[in-house]
Amino acid sequence: MKLTLEIWRQKTRDSRGRFVTYSISDASPDMSFLELLDVLNEELTQTGEEPIAFESDCREGICGSCGVMINGKAHGPEKGTATCQLHMRKFRDGDSIRVEPWRSKAFPVIKDLVVDRAPFDKIVQSGGFVSVNTGSAPEANLIPIPKPIADKAMDAAECIGCGACVAQCPNGAAQLFTAAKVSHLALLPQGQPERYRRVQRMVDEMESYFGSCTNFQECEAACPKGISIEFIARMNRDYLKGSFSGSGG
Amino acid sequence: MILDPKIPPGPVEEKWDRHRFEMKLVNPANKRRFDVIVVGSGLAGGSAAASLAELGYHVHCFCYQDSARRAHSIAAQGGINAAKNYQNDGDSIWRLFYDTVKGGDFRSREANVHRLAQVSVNIIDQCVAQGVPFAREYGGMLNNRSFGGAQVSRTFYARGQTGQQLMLGTYQALSRQVAAGQVQMYPRTEMLDLVVIGGRARGIVTRDMVTGEIRSWSADAVVVATGGYSNVFFLSTNAKGCNATAIWRAHRRGALFANPCYTQIHPTCIPQHGDYQSKLTLMSESLRNDGRIWVPFKADDTRSATDIPETERDYYLERRYPAFGNLVPRDIASRAAKTECDEGKGVGHGGRGVYLDFADAIQRLGKPAIEEKYGNLFEMYERITGENPYEVPMRIYPAPHYTMGGLWVDYNLMSTIEGLYVIGEANFSDHGANRLGASALMQGLADGYFVLPYTIGDYLARHMGEEPIPTDHAGFREVEQEILGRVQKLLSSSGKRTVDSLHRELGHICWEKCGMSRNAAGLEEAMGQIRALREEYWESVSVPGSGEELNQSLERAGRVADYFELAELMCRDALNRGESCGTHFREEYQTPEGEALRDDEHYTYAAAWEFGGEGGEPILHKEPLQFDNVPLTQRSYK
Amino acid sequence: MSGLSNFYRSAVGKKALMAASGIVLFGFVLVHMLGNLKLYQGPEKLNAYAEWLREVGSPLLPHSGVLWIARAVLLAAVGVHVVTAAQLTLRNWQARPQKYRQREVLEATYASRTVRWAGVIIGLYVVYHLAHLTFGWSHPDFIPGDVYHNVVSGFQIWWVSGIYIVSQIALGFHLYHGLWSMFQSLGWWNSSRPPDWRRRFAQVFACIITLGNLSFPLAVLTGLVK
Repeated sequence: MKLTLEIWRQKTRDSRGRFVTYSISDASPDMSFLELLDVLNEELTQTGEEPIAFESDCREGICGSCGVMINGKAHGPEKGTATCQLHMRKFRDGDSIRVEPWRSKAFPVIKDLVVDRAPFDKIVQSGGFVSVNTGSAPEANLIPIPKPIADKAMDAAECIGCGACVAQCPNGAAQLFTAAKVSHLALLPQGQPERYRRVQRMVDEMESYFGSCTNFQECEAACPKGISIEFIARMNRDYLKGSFSGSGG
Repeated sequence: MILDPKIPPGPVEEKWDRHRFEMKLVNPANKRRFDVIVVGSGLAGGSAAASLAELGYHVHCFCYQDSARRAHSIAAQGGINAAKNYQNDGDSIWRLFYDTVKGGDFRSREANVHRLAQVSVNIIDQCVAQGVPFAREYGGMLNNRSFGGAQVSRTFYARGQTGQQLMLGTYQALSRQVAAGQVQMYPRTEMLDLVVIGGRARGIVTRDMVTGEIRSWSADAVVVATGGYSNVFFLSTNAKGCNATAIWRAHRRGALFANPCYTQIHPTCIPQHGDYQSKLTLMSESLRNDGRIWVPFKADDTRSATDIPETERDYYLERRYPAFGNLVPRDIASRAAKTECDEGKGVGHGGRGVYLDFADAIQRLGKPAIEEKYGNLFEMYERITGENPYEVPMRIYPAPHYTMGGLWVDYNLMSTIEGLYVIGEANFSDHGANRLGASALMQGLADGYFVLPYTIGDYLARHMGEEPIPTDHAGFREVEQEILGRVQKLLSSSGKRTVDSLHRELGHICWEKCGMSRNAAGLEEAMGQIRALREEYWESVSVPGSGEELNQSLERAGRVADYFELAELMCRDALNRGESCGTHFREEYQTPEGEALRDDEHYTYAAAWEFGGEGGEPILHKEPLQFDNVPLTQRSYK
Repeated sequence: MSGLSNFYRSAVGKKALMAASGIVLFGFVLVHMLGNLKLYQGPEKLNAYAEWLREVGSPLLPHSGVLWIARAVLLAAVGVHVVTAAQLTLRNWQARPQKYRQREVLEATYASRTVRWAGVIIGLYVVYHLAHLTFGWSHPDFIPGDVYHNVVSGFQIWWVSGIYIVSQIALGFHLYHGLWSMFQSLGWWNSSRPPDWRRRFAQVFACIITLGNLSFPLAVLTGLVK
């Protein structure tokens, strides 16, 4: 396959970036998108140019490290697929592909396609946990959890924290990420004691970095795990309940 | 040097309890005076950092990823074992202990394995309390599945993402401690060396992967939880960033490296499809429950799978192992696939693949049943290969997956350097020569939640009241200078070859000569080739950019440099071990039927290698292994 | 109390307020449209209905009392709706200082993407509408109290009808996204999906209100109502 790549290059956090065009003449349809970048980087290195910095780790679609905008879509054209699992057979010979980093005030570009997603960690630190010290746990089967509830919690817990929801959202909102964690824990009996306090804190922390939700539903469509916006509604309800019952704060 | 595993006396089932009582404690007011460094934030590192912080220690946790949540523990699919006996099928701590020792082909330490089985039950309690959404029955109770190498159902799972969910549990516990100020978290920070002063681990030197800053950190103890070294093979199921630099540097500073030749090759991975391939993807072993593995009888058969009639298909596992068939343990299944491919019967790219066929199962159970069981795996397969496994058989091939070898540790998980603890996959302790499925997650969490937090206290209590060493101490400065020199050397090399191309070549040597089967001539040859390639590496590697910025080539270059040294030791260890055991298969030592032949008389020991200095020969130390509770037997799966 | 002030400061809280004020405004446009159907019953009925609106509640309340209370509530709702919208919009614009060169739309509806601008159109339209048919300032032939005459003679000017038609279409899109969005913002999810009953609700009511409102200028323009 012959391809033209238009890739965002930016030396450091503070420098101005620009698009640079590269052409690739011998891509294979069996390659993954990141392998295509690998091949390009090998060529660049051999010609003494600096390779393109991009993030990836597990390359199995589970660690959430990778993620770029490909032709205006977070993680590219294939639905429910992280960038690392996107394969070139989804493109046509002669295609032009534009690659941009996630763009959000909260996710500054560190270099080329690498962004800083530290605010996601901050949101979890603000309350995305159950306060249970090692050793203090009761017997695991003490509290039965109905299967549909456990399954629903698992649906929410599948979030890989890649940031595609923020990247695709026209408002740069992190609602889906936050709601997934809030709902995962709010659905389970173990999450009840801190339920309203948690949602209050996590939402407040989230809003100190990100835009707000106007229910475009773009996040759900971009999410490689297909996490439902139902969880955003659940988070909203808990937030409202917590605010009015005074059980938050 | 005399290796003292410090195994407590008494019957194996009482050792841990007695030891816990006998260890010194640090009182709560004193705990906050201690700084502990934890390198790695996966299941082992993350759980250790969180648990130590809960106890009151001041923890500094480092990871190379941009977030602690992304450590490679996240990729484990199948599940986690625990001796809960929820299924009432006769499981017990003793049985888990027994299965693990036997599964490890009698090359692990009984006392450690028993402790692992003991604390396995606490792990499940802890994870459930954290909100890990394990699979459940309709009655609300936890569900279990069975897994290779066991006759009971003791595996807990969360869809195909058990590792991820456990990982998020530890990450959340860790985040709570970060918020509480008990843990300082340093993501995108890579440990480049260990600082040993006065024979004790006193800190580490790191590189900030964004600014390039080389910085020293002083602490009262150092915990290394940086995982395994499967990436020595270049192509493995490990994450791209997984590396052995931390353990290798610690090894060079005096920590013994045990059993480097024990590397597990997972039988069901998606085969390589091109020379540009960057990594291999694992497919859950559970596929072998319903899939039938075959190759064409005829070598170099170029027909497509569907054109090969039933009579010309060789279901070689069913033929060779009628009792276990397609469900033989990992090492046996992997080796058998290699044998077939070596005979030219392999299928797909480069003839390196065998069929895993679901046609019979689909006919027997119907497509919906198969879809329900394996739908997500089939989808993943199709996404990667572009082939529909409902219509054409899958192609699979073994791939490096886990390393049982690692830094030698005693019963307290302390290495041969005082104050340096090694936990999780990074140590060698619990799996012997072969790890059973769903046991890696168990070991990581056992070490981090329930073992290290006790044992490290015993060490720290003995050093109460000592002054911390400032990071401008000569011991730190020297290491910093060494690192800067090394970075400079890599950056100033004027060669033309990329890091990856050289790593690929190294991986190829290891895979061919020290992979699924090994022989003396091949290993000796490999060691020569590795040495030659290492020399070429330092001359011809090209690392663009500078050291003062995010430079992924530089990061990789340093890691690969360490892999060269580790690879040689791995081959040396494989050469030294004149027997076949578990995953280590020496062609010279096999039964007439081609099965692994152990030599208990001469090799019932853990081989712990001491660094022999730059250019020097490594020195072998032996920790004899005693089997008082599980009688030594030959595994048979016929 | 800190919970509540925090609630107003937060975007999630603002969205809930926007939804709550939206419910009031939705109720108003629905009733307004239903009331206006009296146009089809002739001048007496419509004018009587208008008079009734002024009279309702007396003698308990002064003349036009209920009407003014309703107007106050509506004004407050509009205020909340517009202020929260403006605050959130500004916040959202700041969330991505560097724009993408290319960002495709995956699933967002046309209505959701234009909801702000439809809101602005509706706002301008309301001002015009009040000046036109409530106060008569921009009506060339305004007779206070004769609602039927004012409507018919007003709509007979083609471009006036045009303004109404365009605005009602904007209102339709705004309502479609707003009504669906309301459920999300107030935390009413759809547990069995698809079909999403919240979408269906939004579609049905947005259509009813839009078609009803469009029918008035169209009826006058086509001569159905004279």
